[in-house]
Amino acid sequence: MNAKLKQFLQRWGVFAALVVVWELATRAAVSPFFPTPLTILRTMRDQWLSGPASRLFLSDEVFGDVLPSVGRMLGGWALACVIGVAVGVALGRSRVAMDYVGPLLAFARAIPPPMLVPVFLVLLSIGTPMQLATIIFGTLWPVVLNAVDGARAVDSVKVETARVFRLPRHQWLLGVVVPSALPKIFAGVRVSLSLALILMVISELVGATNGIGYQLIYAQRQFDLPTMWAGIVLLGVLGYLFNTLLLAGERRALSWQPAGRG
Amino acid sequence: MPTMLEVTGLGHRYRSKDGEHIALDGLSFDVNAGELVCIVGPSGCGKSTLLRSISGLIRPTSGQVRLHGDVVDGVPSDLAVVFQDYSRSLFPWLSVQRNVEFPLKKSLDKAERRERARQALEQVGLAGAAGKYPWQLSGGMQQRVAIARALAYRPALLLMDEPFASVDAQTRFDLEDLLLRVRREYDTTILLVTHDIDESVYLGDRVVVLSKSPARVVRTLDVDLPAQRDQITTRESEAFVALRSEVARLLHGQPAGDAPTGNGRPSAGRAPAKGKTGTASSAGSTAASSAGSSSGSSEKAASAKAQPSRNGQAANRNRGKGNGAKSRRRGRARR
Repeated sequence: MNAKLKQFLQRWGVFAALVVVWELATRAAVSPFFPTPLTILRTMRDQWLSGPASRLFLSDEVFGDVLPSVGRMLGGWALACVIGVAVGVALGRSRVAMDYVGPLLAFARAIPPPMLVPVFLVLLSIGTPMQLATIIFGTLWPVVLNAVDGARAVDSVKVETARVFRLPRHQWLLGVVVPSALPKIFAGVRVSLSLALILMVISELVGATNGIGYQLIYAQRQFDLPTMWAGIVLLGVLGYLFNTLLLAGERRALSWQPAGRG
Repeated sequence: MPTMLEVTGLGHRYRSKDGEHIALDGLSFDVNAGELVCIVGPSGCGKSTLLRSISGLIRPTSGQVRLHGDVVDGVPSDLAVVFQDYSRSLFPWLSVQRNVEFPLKKSLDKAERRERARQALEQVGLAGAAGKYPWQLSGGMQQRVAIARALAYRPALLLMDEPFASVDAQTRFDLEDLLLRVRREYDTTILLVTHDIDESVYLGDRVVVLSKSPARVVRTLDVDLPAQRDQITTRESEAFVALRSEVARLLHGQPAGDAPTGNGRPSAGRAPAKGKTGTASSAGSTAASSAGSSSGSSEKAASAKAQPSRNGQAANRNRGKGNGAKSRRRGRARR
């Protein structure tokens, strides 16, 4: 119990101290551009937790802005993961495919994903399809490339074992290749998740009629700086939350790995 | 007894950057149904290539393999292999039980799979470890899982590639006895490849002795030992000792009666690193030490021994002085 408390303090002590320093500094400075953390928290509560008790105090903004944003982000990211793993495993197990498309993939990955926003804005105009397209296109490449790496590196003895037992194709892919590649796949999927959050906000800053990003840019234009800051903090909280959930999922999925190897 | 496996004129050659390499040079032998045949050969003689050709993992460049009469072209459906490296051949993301069930998925329903896996694990003494992951088991236990997986598959022919080479001596003895027991219970035909002479004689009904690379069959020996074998009494029996000596002589290419005493023991430590030049350096070191003792300086001899490059120089100097002929002869005798 004591050790747990110590660990908790270690993890959050510096963070809490910085918030306190920030609070004191912003109070001393009294700048309209830098509201105090307490003001930001109060704004967050007013924004998102001022609804009726029957809806768990969630306000209209949660349903109108936060949930659509989260939905787009997770939806786009999940699609990118499914497509990315399928394509990556197929490319990784093919002897020649990567020779053909390798440079293409490297090039696609090198394009900063936010640069795709203008393209999709033109192609799909403002709305969810454009945001989904941006998120999918931006988050696909790390998943694909890591899946290729993982699928290529299946241990040769396992390959021969699978051949000796004449595993059917689906059992070979889902039972041997994917589990072998899973640690790599998770590395790609983690990178993609943080990219998805970034792309969700950026696409909403430019081309949306609702969402956290839209709320953020709207507040900025109204010089409603506490709301803008509230949006930023909310994004941080969401990012942290999703990453924590993913790590927990990863630990579960890779629980077969001996301790200390994951 | 019907023939299970017929290997006729099996050859394998491949191209590498320094020309064509012959791994297998026309091997022929049979394995009868229910037999346990051991193939023993010096390390690097192409045993693994042979096993992979027989299992259909690679296509031989000449000759053919027949399993119960059918020409092997690709891996036959009723063949299993136990690889040396159990930690790499087991699937670490599956529990022991599911590792054993895994190859049965394509042919059996869930209840049958479970039952077969349970039986096989019980046979190898791992009934209690079914729910564990491979890495939670010792090396010997992991190899037993691999054996159980192969047995549960009920192959017509079980190939084993140096299956006990990666476990400690005591575990190896246990696994050898386990193999002898389960082969009787499952009535499996087994072809086991090893570099361990004692193991081949202890386990085999017959021993096929291979030559150095490129591999040829030097001779096939019948092992006339009682079917019931025992690690202590069998290994000390006269018949066993005679057989293992015979295999050793065949393996080292020495005719009977001219048995090698130490097989160049002084250079043995250095030989693996030297590769092809090993024999030359052994001649050199012999020359160098004789030079050292003749000059009466033991210090010089010690320093010459420590530095292989100076060994060579010393040897050359010696030859120039005229007593090189003698040291050369000694060098040859050693090898």
